[in-house]
Amino acid sequence: MLDPYKIREDFPILKRRFNDYPLIYFDNAATSQKPKQVIEVVKDFYENHNANVHRAVHTLSQEASELYENAHEEVAKFINAEDMEETVFVRGTTEAINLVAYAWGLYNLRKDDEVLITLMEHHSNIVPWENLSKINGFKVRYAEVNNDGTLDYEAFEKMVSNKTKLVCFSHVSNVTGVVNDVKRIVKVAHEHEALTLVDGAQSVPHLPVNVKDLDVDFLAFSGHKMLAPTGIGVLYGRRGILEKMEPFHGGGEMIREVSFDPVAKRCSISLNSLPWKFEAGTPNVCGGIGLMEAVKYLKKIGMENVESHEEMLTAYAMRRMQECKNVEIYGPKDASAKCGIIPFGINGSSSHDIALALDNYGIMIRSGFHCAQPLHQILKLQSSARASFYIYNTREEIDRFIEVLKEIA
Amino acid sequence: MANVEDYVARIEETCGEEKSLIVTFKYDRKDEVIRKILKKAKMEKSVSGIIFELMFGNASFRLYSSGKAIFRNLKDKNELKNILSSLLS
Repeated sequence: MLDPYKIREDFPILKRRFNDYPLIYFDNAATSQKPKQVIEVVKDFYENHNANVHRAVHTLSQEASELYENAHEEVAKFINAEDMEETVFVRGTTEAINLVAYAWGLYNLRKDDEVLITLMEHHSNIVPWENLSKINGFKVRYAEVNNDGTLDYEAFEKMVSNKTKLVCFSHVSNVTGVVNDVKRIVKVAHEHEALTLVDGAQSVPHLPVNVKDLDVDFLAFSGHKMLAPTGIGVLYGRRGILEKMEPFHGGGEMIREVSFDPVAKRCSISLNSLPWKFEAGTPNVCGGIGLMEAVKYLKKIGMENVESHEEMLTAYAMRRMQECKNVEIYGPKDASAKCGIIPFGINGSSSHDIALALDNYGIMIRSGFHCAQPLHQILKLQSSARASFYIYNTREEIDRFIEVLKEIA
Repeated sequence: MANVEDYVARIEETCGEEKSLIVTFKYDRKDEVIRKILKKAKMEKSVSGIIFELMFGNASFRLYSSGKAIFRNLKDKNELKNILSSLLS
């Protein structure tokens, strides 16, 4: 069991008050708050270990390199990757997906090929494919979702064919919190020899995720949604696929040698080993170390405990929200099909009216499209208000949220 | 006419089909802003004395005691600034 009250002591920001009300932070699907352990490790890095990583012989650089490499190891273990060579550090989920698009898709997708995505995707899993299809001419196809925002698996399965080269989908919808059946989707994709890219931005922070068990080819996720600093994220890729891929960005760190041929008057380039081949330039060393600390923090709690705590909060909040007249919960009504995210609306108010009213009481939620406009179109919503939970949220906070909802609805 | 920049910290366009503009007033001037706006705009509804549904001319908006306001269906930020200028003068 997870003790949110004990956990809250680690989060300095939760002591803040707004308009004389205690902060209730329900915008965790956008970003999580940071525990003092992560804040301290970032501070300690800059105070004691800061240097550029790799290829320097001095002690500080060796310390920084070791920490940065350990961070890759820790993350690899967290998702059960084979080893650190399969975990590329990037800026976040968006960059991870773009990396796959431009380092794999650009070279492997052709005119008659298809990339299959779903209509519940975040824009970051739509735009790179639409952009790339303009260059390569392949077709982007969209698997339908049902009226409650769940994936129409039968329709999806019918859309997978031998033309499908890549299936991209979110593990957990950032709007409805719907948890997709990754294994089922991956099985169908692999039967057709298509690769799979899973957007794990809303799953890796909240559930146990095991890449070997799920059998995914790529998994993208962000550090800042799982207690780590902003600007650090991860692309997991199966080693065999990553090895065959071209680099994404070019520069230092990602090369082994750049040698000038005086006859040809050209430079020949040999690439570095994994994962550095995909980490051009000076990386976000401190972000990586912060992510390592965040992963250690989550492992100590246990991801099964994180999942069950959020399940409890979601079920409780959904039950209590039904007490509020004029409040409508969007998406599935069954909390067990979801993961810590509740989209909702109040009759006669826009999502922004709701978010501003709650903000007045120190309750922070998100409003708008949440970067998933197509899903809002399918659900026939102009926008939605979204409450999302994490390890430090409590039932008492939900009680307060309900109290205010009743007042403003 | 009031200089809007003296009172406004931030104006943000909302994300969603409803095109609204959210104004965050400067914290140290929010009480003055609220007082001035409540004096000039027509009150349609109030929730617990901290959320005010208001009209000013054809502009419909909500003002919050936290020092924020949401203006609906305006053409652009210039129209908003003109309204704010009148409200705050």
